[in-house]
Amino acid sequence: MISTQLLDQLPALQVCLPLAGAALCALIDRRYIAWVLTTLISFAMPVIAVMMLIQVMTVGPISYAFGGWEPPFGIEYRVDVVNGFLLVLISVMGAIIMPYALRSVAAEIARNKQAWFYCMYLLCLAGLLGMAITADAFNAFVFMEISSLSMYVLIALGRDKRALVAAYQYLILGTIGATLYVIGVGLLFAMTGTLNFGDMAERIVAVEQSRPVLAALAFITVGMCLKLALFPLHVWLPNAYTGAPSVATAFIASTATKVAVYLLLRFYFSIFGAAFVFEDLPVTPILLVMSVAAMFAASIVAIFQGNVKRMLAYSSVAQMGYITLGIALATPIGLTGGIVHLFNHALMKGALFMALGCVALRIGGCRLDAMAGIGRRMPITMAAFVIAGLSLIGVPGTVGFVSKWYLALGAIEAGWWWLAFLIVGSSLLAVVYIGRVVEVAWFRAPTGTAAEATDPPLSMLIPTWILAAACIAFGLDAGFTAGVAAEAADALFAGLRQ
Amino acid sequence: MRLDVVLRVVVKLLLPFILVFGFFVQFHGEISPGGGFQAGVIVGAGLILYAIMFGLDLAMRVVSVRAVEKLVCLGVLLYMGTGFAGMLLGGNFLDYNVLSYDPIKGQHLGIILIELGVLFTVAGTMVAIFYAFAGREK
Amino acid sequence: MNGLVSSILEHYNQWVTIFLMVAGLYVVVARGNMVKKLVGLSVFQTSVYLLYISPGKILGGTAPILIDDPNAVYSNPLPHVLILTAIVVGLATIALGLGLVVRINEVYGTVEEDEIFERSDDE
Repeated sequence: MISTQLLDQLPALQVCLPLAGAALCALIDRRYIAWVLTTLISFAMPVIAVMMLIQVMTVGPISYAFGGWEPPFGIEYRVDVVNGFLLVLISVMGAIIMPYALRSVAAEIARNKQAWFYCMYLLCLAGLLGMAITADAFNAFVFMEISSLSMYVLIALGRDKRALVAAYQYLILGTIGATLYVIGVGLLFAMTGTLNFGDMAERIVAVEQSRPVLAALAFITVGMCLKLALFPLHVWLPNAYTGAPSVATAFIASTATKVAVYLLLRFYFSIFGAAFVFEDLPVTPILLVMSVAAMFAASIVAIFQGNVKRMLAYSSVAQMGYITLGIALATPIGLTGGIVHLFNHALMKGALFMALGCVALRIGGCRLDAMAGIGRRMPITMAAFVIAGLSLIGVPGTVGFVSKWYLALGAIEAGWWWLAFLIVGSSLLAVVYIGRVVEVAWFRAPTGTAAEATDPPLSMLIPTWILAAACIAFGLDAGFTAGVAAEAADALFAGLRQ
Repeated sequence: MRLDVVLRVVVKLLLPFILVFGFFVQFHGEISPGGGFQAGVIVGAGLILYAIMFGLDLAMRVVSVRAVEKLVCLGVLLYMGTGFAGMLLGGNFLDYNVLSYDPIKGQHLGIILIELGVLFTVAGTMVAIFYAFAGREK
Repeated sequence: MNGLVSSILEHYNQWVTIFLMVAGLYVVVARGNMVKKLVGLSVFQTSVYLLYISPGKILGGTAPILIDDPNAVYSNPLPHVLILTAIVVGLATIALGLGLVVRINEVYGTVEEDEIFERSDDE
């Protein structure tokens, strides 16, 4: 009795626990208690998310009426395969980073601000989970702003004074992106009179060809592309990732942009409908051009960076290009590739940024020239870096290969051979920038602070290695990730309209 | 300092009324326009007015920075607590009907608790923002 | 010509919205002063409030509180609730933005973007 009742409440707990936890952290304002609390809650999150995903896979989508107000009148939380998968991803990343956070945060953030750091971390987690779980367009905006505002604070807590400017730039661009999204939602609300995703999907059919709906599509596309850092709209990302504390970078890089992708997918496939977006309108060529530009331009810029963190940030922009490429293909296989890459990119970027966080703990920064010979002094850390780096390149046997394989298959299926070559070509650029780091870290004699560096404590090594190992494990056996992603792609194509 | 004696006296006279009006908006908000947001802003504005007239030091002695921060968190926790209470009593999150033996009474109770949480948080946030900017020069 | 004028006048609320939207966005893009950028951002966000609120108002409609008159016309309350939330979000954004600008001013000694970038490049 109790257990079924608890099972019904999972969707609300998923978001409300971290929110309440954030308030508690700030109320208690003791850094160790805050860390323990945050760890407990962030470990409860994947449990809840996995239980919901299992329920979705066996029984079907879960719908939760907030406050007992039935949808479409009240706010509905709805979990299906697509966002169930995303919830697992976000919550797992949020949990893995927490044990790592204790030492890293202690080293990088002023004592009296550490409790607030955890408060913001939980707020950000709650915002991202909320964005993923909600089935209400305006509620999604509110959660987007909760996660963004806490993210600005997380970035501004970085040691470097440039972190402040980065946070400010992100605030301006992020707010513009969110506001554009709200404008789009407002136009849809004016045309359909509802904010519930499912309800909107049904009512939009009647007004599909009207100008406000087209404008809404454009506003939402641009707004979400700003949030997910699609190539020409990515300017906020490199500075933000570089300036933020290591823990924040690892968390934001592996989750924040992914949720924006999810929201875009939700609008494209579930609300507007794939046929309307991709067949009636020229969304495919636009996204395709920008994705390919991201894959190449951002990778080339990454090669010339002197700061490894910034290099990986540019690489993130490039990787987002692969994900949007999957969306642009608009075929089940291409979309599967995009969704799998969503998951895989989170794993490898999480591992890479966490490895860099270990380096920053020992040598105080991530400049490439200061990292000379670091591989000989911190072999375990840098080995994880290399594995995740190989995965970023897409070497067979790693997760990067799986997603690129699906993307290439999707491109060939669509008859675009050249696109498959471009995917391989851009991977070669990743060889260059990852290779640079490997060369400096392993094949040069250690100098300066790098000469005294040692591997970080286990609390940091183990989380890093869990992610690095996951890069291999899910690369060798892609059954789970690709299987769920394929189901998610099918669910997206099936749409919300029953 | 002596020139603003009129302002000081007027503010002193007004402050109780501002606070009472704030609480009126709060508790009447359940059956008429009003509620926690508006009440919170009114109460917060009262405190800020006091700080502007009598100086930050005096205001911080009345309500310290720490107290304001705690107030914000307590408000959120009261809101969340009401939600969790609804959950524990067998309803969904923020379901007021189950809070009392009678659904209508439950709705009354729920909305008042929620709005009280909002009042704390909004008033606290307004004052906290004011303190954060005004107290910066020191 | 008459038709154009009347169509503009009939939808004057939307023209105001669009003007504020574009003006705000222009200020954000064109100004280098960080405080002015935030002012522009605020104007931009305010235009969205209008976008939501103005179609929700029904001429002759009363506030959406149940009264005894069965023929009463009510304005749509939902946009107001949404915008109340959006205003709070906007307030939080501007407050945080200004807070960041204060910190930037303390660290760099200026709030002009080009001067800040010059100083960052020196290092």
